[in-house]
Amino acid sequence: MRDLGRRLLRNHIGVAGFVLCIIVTFAAALAPLLATHGPREQQVVARFQGPSTAHLLGTDNFGRDLYTRILYGFRTSLAVAFAAVGFAAVLGVTAGLAAAFYGGVVDRVLMRMMDVLLAFPIILLAIAVLAVLGPGSGNTALAIGIVYLPMFARLARGPALTVLSWEYVSAARALGASGVRIMTRHVLPNILAPLLVQLTLSLSTAILVEASLSFLGLGTQPPTPSLGLMLSESRDFMLLSPWASIFSGLAILLASLGFNLFGDGLRDIVDPALRGAAD
Amino acid sequence: MTTYVVRRLLDLVFVLFGVSVLIFMMLRAIPGDAVAIMLGANVDITPERVDALRRQLGLHLPIHEQYLRWLTDVLRGDLGRSVWTGRPVADEILGRLPVTLQLSGMALVTAIAVSFPLGMAAARTRGTRADAWMRVSSIVGLTLPPFWVGVLMLYVFSIYLPTWPSIGYVPFGDDPLGNLARMVLPVIAVSLPMIAALTRILRSSLLDVLSLDYIRTGRAKGLAPRSLFYKHALRNALIPVVTVIGVQAGHLLSGVIVIEQVFAIPGLGRLVIGAINERNYPLAQGVILTATVVFVFINLLVDLAYAWIDPRVEYG
Repeated sequence: MRDLGRRLLRNHIGVAGFVLCIIVTFAAALAPLLATHGPREQQVVARFQGPSTAHLLGTDNFGRDLYTRILYGFRTSLAVAFAAVGFAAVLGVTAGLAAAFYGGVVDRVLMRMMDVLLAFPIILLAIAVLAVLGPGSGNTALAIGIVYLPMFARLARGPALTVLSWEYVSAARALGASGVRIMTRHVLPNILAPLLVQLTLSLSTAILVEASLSFLGLGTQPPTPSLGLMLSESRDFMLLSPWASIFSGLAILLASLGFNLFGDGLRDIVDPALRGAAD
Repeated sequence: MTTYVVRRLLDLVFVLFGVSVLIFMMLRAIPGDAVAIMLGANVDITPERVDALRRQLGLHLPIHEQYLRWLTDVLRGDLGRSVWTGRPVADEILGRLPVTLQLSGMALVTAIAVSFPLGMAAARTRGTRADAWMRVSSIVGLTLPPFWVGVLMLYVFSIYLPTWPSIGYVPFGDDPLGNLARMVLPVIAVSLPMIAALTRILRSSLLDVLSLDYIRTGRAKGLAPRSLFYKHALRNALIPVVTVIGVQAGHLLSGVIVIEQVFAIPGLGRLVIGAINERNYPLAQGVILTATVVFVFINLLVDLAYAWIDPRVEYG
């Protein structure tokens, strides 16, 4: 793990991504401290303003401070993305490991279910889930989590099958280790690297999907600050003041970009076969 | 190859069965009485009305019978009726499907047409400073939200080119130029991420192939550089590109569904969002089913193309 950190430091793109992730995460976590205004505080006299010292990024149609709303928007974005990817990773990896370990009918049934989920275009599956559950941040996280489940199941099952065929796993089995012990102590650590890469890249796309769903009005609901929603609402007054549109979209891009650059750098490091191929 | 196609088709039947069950469950899984919700506030909810709609939707039958009835109807092309307009859902969808297909098709062709020369040119930049720049810009392109690019382009056009018809849709048959003009902005917005992904994979794949022994041999025996590149290198380099086209086609469709909202394009995306907002569940169900089936078949085509290009794919 320490070696991994050292190799990561030499990967400039990965480092840049990591720094961007840290900045966005801190901005989200410390939003109440960093904010210059309240996220729902309206100043009707100061509507449609451009960037100034009073309002770093300007104001929207209600005179709300854009800088503050973007900080809180990061909060919603990251909370949904982390919850969704966490859900998908834990459940997906468990399903993939179970499929690999038990094989036979369990394997076939589980993986076929994953195939069915994979058959849907990403956004449509999320839209269908939200149509059933109703809008809101929590449901959005669940919907995105369901969409990402099969990816993690597949990514865990394949490598787990390889590791299970190694001799030391047979040895552990012969010594009477339980299935759960074999999977968590012997298999999981060996397949963790590609999963971590996928986890990071999934955070990047989950941020985009959350923004898309909120933009469509199916995700986070007002008055909760959300970047996708901000962008959607800002279209109505874009000709009066384009700043809300520009900055809310830029914020979505930066949040997603950070995790993607970081994941890209990670992939280079953990997968030597791909090194050089991808850059 | 035949065995491979047959096996792939069997997989397909199973996947489509699973998809149909999930989409069928959608309407039944909505909390509360979906029927009362669908009747909405516009009409008085009388027990007779609720009962009539329940019968119309077949909700009084046991669940497996409901599914069978629904499935036979769907296979016959009957997706039910739109709750608000009373028109057959299939008709509503058929009216919108060409719009979404045109937009997606044009975006796909644009992405391929732009990324191929770009990727080939980029393969020449190996080891230069442009390398890192290439990589960062392709990742930026990948994470660029199409709906944001769309919104910004709308703004720029409304200020500098206010006469440009940037919003809405006219059928190609009515006004070919107007149709294409309205496609320009959405196609750019939706194809950018795919251009980034394809350029990157084509470049790295070309670099891999060009460093292989058989290319060196070809060069040594005096093959013209042009034929060496196009006939020997490019074809092999295309294999991973096809995979990425398959993956990106899914993202492209997602992008199209959202971008329709930005440019007020009356395609499947607008239809499904409108249906969900109006709680017109049979319509939403129909759109999701249709789009997913189309998507499943596109993936099948990509898989078959892949097997055709790469003889190493196991057909067994």
